[in-house]
Amino acid sequence: MAKVIVVTSGKGGVGKTTTSASFSSGLAMRGNRTVVIDFDVGLRNLDLIMGCERRVVYDIINVINGEVSLKQALIKDKNCDNLYILPASQTRDKDALNLEGVERILDELKESFDFIVCDSPAGIESGAFTAMYFADEALVVTNPEVSSVRDSDRILGILAAKSKRAVEGLEPVKEHLLVTRYDPKRVNTGAMLSVVDIQEILRIPLLGVIPESASVLQASNAGTPAIHLDKSDVAEAYRDVVGRFMGEDLPMRFISEKAGFFKRLLGGH
Amino acid sequence: MSMIVGLIDYLRGNEKKSAVVAKERLQIILAHERAGRGTATPDYLPALQEELMAVIAKYIHIDRDSFKVQLEKHDQYDVLELNITLPDKINSRV
Ligand SMILES: Nc1ncnc2c1ncn2[C@@H]1O[C@H](COP(=O)(O)OP(=O)(O)O)[C@@H](O)[C@H]1O
Ligand SMILES: [Mg+2]
Repeated sequence: MAKVIVVTSGKGGVGKTTTSASFSSGLAMRGNRTVVIDFDVGLRNLDLIMGCERRVVYDIINVINGEVSLKQALIKDKNCDNLYILPASQTRDKDALNLEGVERILDELKESFDFIVCDSPAGIESGAFTAMYFADEALVVTNPEVSSVRDSDRILGILAAKSKRAVEGLEPVKEHLLVTRYDPKRVNTGAMLSVVDIQEILRIPLLGVIPESASVLQASNAGTPAIHLDKSDVAEAYRDVVGRFMGEDLPMRFISEKAGFFKRLLGGH
Repeated sequence: MSMIVGLIDYLRGNEKKSAVVAKERLQIILAHERAGRGTATPDYLPALQEELMAVIAKYIHIDRDSFKVQLEKHDQYDVLELNITLPDKINSRV
């Protein structure tokens, strides 16, 4: 049975699109038939992060309006065989994305995909709501920072009360905490909330921690999801996240400070 | 006064780290916001209260004030609480 996973946060700029790109790529690299949908109507960006912006012809609103078929709008990813991208519309307004239309698309996608990853826009308005409404599972992307944690809590409240699963009294949406832009050094000096703090406050299972890293910018500059980068903490952290999501028991990495050059020289860890 | 305490804390080196302050502030505000979300009582509660009261009044004489229906929200479950204060001597109608 296909699974719908929303990547959500409330707050903008925390790493939802970065995560959607890498997470969907990671699922596809493991052989899962995967589609990633950009729900950020009017502010489409997933195409840039996936590096397929010049191949966008049609978008999700064209499909909802019946102007083209899903097949015509889906873009095959350049890096992964099993991955497709459904872009957001750049020109229409976000109200064109209605629940009935989205449900029709998801139902059709469920016939040929294992995972449907929904990249949510920021906020708690209609766009974000539509992205999360049909979710079976949610990646709640949170930065170690007060406003992000508060917004995540708000989103968790909405998932628990207003999602389709909640409204229909089905098993609740499965929630996963993903802490991104984490800086262990600043956590150690007491200048940043720790992953333990965040988990204690939000009280949902931790799926992973993605470190703050300049390589994310490098990846977005190139239009290659960060998970494909060589020798990058971020790439490895995202691969771990996908592994855990698929049920593997992997230890958390990149949550403590890297040993400096001298420390390593002296045999420290 | 608080400035002096702050200064002493600072000199002693036990000035609170900003992450600790952040955590405390979040715990307080979120407890408040979560409670606010919970208080939206379901709209069937008043009707439920009336019907329950009618049933109980068939057997026991009680006043309106001694009867309370409440929904309490917890993390994993909700509790529907009926609180009925019985009069000293139960006036059974039969
Ligand atoms: N782990 C990270 N390290 C450094 N920068 C990051 C990281 N994750 C995301 N970013 C940067 O943060 C910004 C917002 O990321 P994005 O994924 O677009 O967030 P959102 O979709 O939540 O608005 C981008 O500039 C991105 O490059
Ligand atoms: Mg985004």
